[in-house]
Amino acid sequence: MEDKTLIFFIVLPFLAAFSLPLIGLVSEKAESYIVAIISLILMVLSVSSLFNLAESTVYVVGGWYPVEKIPIGIHLVSDGLSKLMLLIVNTLAFFCAVFAIDYIKKYTGQKYFYTLFCLQLAGLNGVVLAGDMFNLFVFMEVASKASYALVAFGVRRTEIEASFKYQVLGGLASLFMLFAITMLYWMTSTLNMADMSLVLSKGLVENGNALRFAQLFLIAGVGIKAAMIPFHAWLPDAHSSAPSPVSAMLSGVVIKVLGIYVLLRLFINVFEPDIFISNVFAVLGGISMTAGVFLAIGAWDLKRLLAYHSISQMGYVMMGIGIGMGILASAGPSATVALTFTAALFHMINHAVFKGLLFLSAGSIEHATGTVNLKGMGGLAKYMPLTMATSFVASMAIAGIPPFNGFFSKFAIIVAAIQGGYHFRAALGFIVGIITLASFLKFQRYAFFGKPQYDFSIKESPFFIKFSLVSLAVLCLAMSLLIFSSIREIVLDPAVNTLLETTGYAIKNLQP
Amino acid sequence: MTLYILCFILFLVGIYGLVISRNIIKMVISLTIVEISIFLMLIMIGYISGGIAPVVFDQQILDNQAVVDPLPQTMVLTAIVIALATNSMLLTMAIRLYKKYGTFDIHEISKLKG
Amino acid sequence: MKGMSVIVRKIAQLLSAMIFVFGMYIVTHGHILPGGGFSGGVLLASAFIVLSLAQGKDHIQLKRQKKITSLYESLSILLVLLLGISGLFAGSLFLFNNYLPKGQPGELLSAGNIPIYNILIGVKVAATLFAIFLALTTYKEEIS
Repeated sequence: MEDKTLIFFIVLPFLAAFSLPLIGLVSEKAESYIVAIISLILMVLSVSSLFNLAESTVYVVGGWYPVEKIPIGIHLVSDGLSKLMLLIVNTLAFFCAVFAIDYIKKYTGQKYFYTLFCLQLAGLNGVVLAGDMFNLFVFMEVASKASYALVAFGVRRTEIEASFKYQVLGGLASLFMLFAITMLYWMTSTLNMADMSLVLSKGLVENGNALRFAQLFLIAGVGIKAAMIPFHAWLPDAHSSAPSPVSAMLSGVVIKVLGIYVLLRLFINVFEPDIFISNVFAVLGGISMTAGVFLAIGAWDLKRLLAYHSISQMGYVMMGIGIGMGILASAGPSATVALTFTAALFHMINHAVFKGLLFLSAGSIEHATGTVNLKGMGGLAKYMPLTMATSFVASMAIAGIPPFNGFFSKFAIIVAAIQGGYHFRAALGFIVGIITLASFLKFQRYAFFGKPQYDFSIKESPFFIKFSLVSLAVLCLAMSLLIFSSIREIVLDPAVNTLLETTGYAIKNLQP
Repeated sequence: MTLYILCFILFLVGIYGLVISRNIIKMVISLTIVEISIFLMLIMIGYISGGIAPVVFDQQILDNQAVVDPLPQTMVLTAIVIALATNSMLLTMAIRLYKKYGTFDIHEISKLKG
Repeated sequence: MKGMSVIVRKIAQLLSAMIFVFGMYIVTHGHILPGGGFSGGVLLASAFIVLSLAQGKDHIQLKRQKKITSLYESLSILLVLLLGISGLFAGSLFLFNNYLPKGQPGELLSAGNIPIYNILIGVKVAATLFAIFLALTTYKEEIS
């Protein structure tokens, strides 16, 4: 089915990014408000696209319709999984843009921030909506380049060093992906994802080893972008040195879109799921989970602690996806597969919200006290009650305490692992949950209670920072309502159905 | 077939250079070698022996003349633009790192630990 | 950076004019010959860069050049995007719709929108590369 409004998700941020330098010549304050307004429009548009009940919509750029059923143009495809990712990307971008209105004032070179932010948003939207492999690669590069520049934003020593590490590893990851796309084009001679899955399923590819070779390069490339162990070396430096709204966007959305979403789209919808790849995912996820949380125990820098926990929570999601793909490939009960995928996707969107909230409250603390070292804070509870309350909500959510949203998603992953027969992985998830709780109790105690280690007066943060923190905290509580089936059918079920029908993606998206 | 294997060996040479280098500029050059090997492989995939360039003005030529595949050439053009952006950003970071740390050596530029 | 000697300066002035004309030829004939926006833009930028390198920093006001180059860069990419969006209003709702009249293949004035895109992208790429050159050479030490 055709849909002509998909193009606005990509065109609007690009238009804003390219006209912001010209608007900035006239008035500087208008820039920040324009970015917030544009991301608000996109958030409303993505929420309203959830209620569009068609299964999947296609937009053909330039009017180049398929000739004799062979696609020759660029297709933008939006189905259940894309709608979920669009919702989470645009919502978090809106709250980070509002937070940045007050926070960026203390950096020199403010006028470059908004252009880079809009370019990053446009790139992320483009990755989610891309219907063919090479456009996926190009938009992934656009989002990555904007992220590299944003990490090095306040040009101190640590930030440039962190950005350099991120750039080298990220560039290598993109080259691995390009190599895999080259091999896939060689084997199937088409770039459209739906067409490629048709060609692969008809058995026209004679060499199975070449396909496995390309898949392994894809896993390496995506693994570096999603910061799985052993490819995680750039993440603690990059996420802890960036300014706080950038850290929230990076840790909340970018590692999910460039990592988990690309993985899901390629390995479940384009290639057939098989046992070897699902075991690779589950093992990598399990190792990321445990190693991330053990590395976080020794961290005294607040943002570094949060960055290590990002690795650990992404490990949860990867393990869930691996278990689901394994049961799907060995033709197990499809109710267990649906539960596993629902749990993994629910944990992904939960993590975006509460990790964004945690990084934004770290930014609020930094804005007020000027430090992020846990040994340099203390006793903030009576000066910053709002920040304490919202970061308490986020800490309880990530540790998995009911009734916050983290509890339901972690519990569902553990239950799904037990149902699939993987008892060791379930026990591992449970132990990691307990250590996460210990780590966040340490954060709360050293930051907000205890004796103050500084000697200047602290004020509460300005209005826009408070607005973002409170809205995200409300969203944390509201998302636990997703377990009720009437709300879940609108948001999560279309995404899970897209994943469950694996290569049926092709038949629906080659229509127009 | 041996040409593709040689391209892959060039890819591996680039990655080896990236891993082994201590100097920042040598890391950038090794990354460029990796990129170039992928461009070579892409162009070689589209080649049909005896084909002409894909700029065609009247349809009758196509009946008895093979044309080289234009899609990998488009991909290589776009990838060259992306490689330009990568290299210029890396070199700007290299200049800034030199001004702040005073050296190009990767083992000295390690203020972030843990 | 000081300028180079008299011979290099004169040859650079002659050469950069020829490089500029060749760059414009590649940009505008993008739909007939191999070439087009990006490669022509690189040639146009190299004309300016050769001239700047030969003259040296003392003779060119590089700070003023930076502002003008950034303006050209933003304006040309904005025009590309607006041209793409104008396809939404002319005819059915497609981005990058090719709606101007297409003449005979092989003529210079043919193929609808494509020569206009080529020229705008050529200007944009030339401005970007010259801005990167300026950023790398006029960088001043900041307090770390």
